[in-house]
Amino acid sequence: MLTVLLLFVLICGSTGGEIAISHGAKKTGEPKRMRPWEVLVFIGQVMSNGWFLLGIPLMAASFFALLILFSWHPLSFVIPISALSYVVGALGAKYLLKEEVNAARWAGVILVCAGVALVAAG
Amino acid sequence: MASEKRLQIKTLIMVLAMVVCAVTGDLLLKRGMSEAGAVQFTGSGLGQALVHMATSGMIWLGIVFLLGFMATQMTVMSWADYSYVMPAGAFGYALQTFLAVVVLHEVVSVKRWIGVLLICVGVVLVGQTKPRTTEAATAVEKAVASC
Repeated sequence: MLTVLLLFVLICGSTGGEIAISHGAKKTGEPKRMRPWEVLVFIGQVMSNGWFLLGIPLMAASFFALLILFSWHPLSFVIPISALSYVVGALGAKYLLKEEVNAARWAGVILVCAGVALVAAG
Repeated sequence: MASEKRLQIKTLIMVLAMVVCAVTGDLLLKRGMSEAGAVQFTGSGLGQALVHMATSGMIWLGIVFLLGFMATQMTVMSWADYSYVMPAGAFGYALQTFLAVVVLHEVVSVKRWIGVLLICVGVVLVGQTKPRTTEAATAVEKAVASC
């Protein structure tokens, strides 16, 4: 039961956190040039954004769930199940970030999800 | 058209940097946590695990790589869709398998090769779509975000 709960935290925490940070990064706008200083300033701006501050605790919870799952189970068990985060993430991108997830992108996401599960299980 | 191509190349370079950081970070964390043994889900067990995490050089190095992953991911997601970056990042699993065969001369199962093939086809499919399908941040949003 604890394993199921931790897998839920792992998948929803990582996708929820990434979606929040992605939204915050888009609101900040991309760095004008890919110079180290400008990228650092951009990262500072994203990190002061409320969406980033929402995303970090979600990702931290996911990270600790991952560490505990790694200590309990082999990689070949944890990673195939966590591959579901690709599908959960695409749903979040479509309904929360309003991205256009067309048929080609859905097909790609599902193939990647299946592929990651097979690689880790293999 | 040229700017679309430029956007795709820029996105792919950043995704590759993201993948290298993530693969290295995960490997170091797995090694670091394996050294600690199975974590007991009790007060003292979690406490011991936290002490191990805080004192393991392997775990700290893994965290540094994962911070690099996060920085590159944040940067690429400032212009590219999350639903584009996330599956493209799965190329890391294919990269791990190629490295295992070429560098470590490991024998890889048929199941794993099929997985690599599915990932590569999936990444190519996602790569065919536009990296960005949402509006760019407005000047007002940028000013508010930088305050």
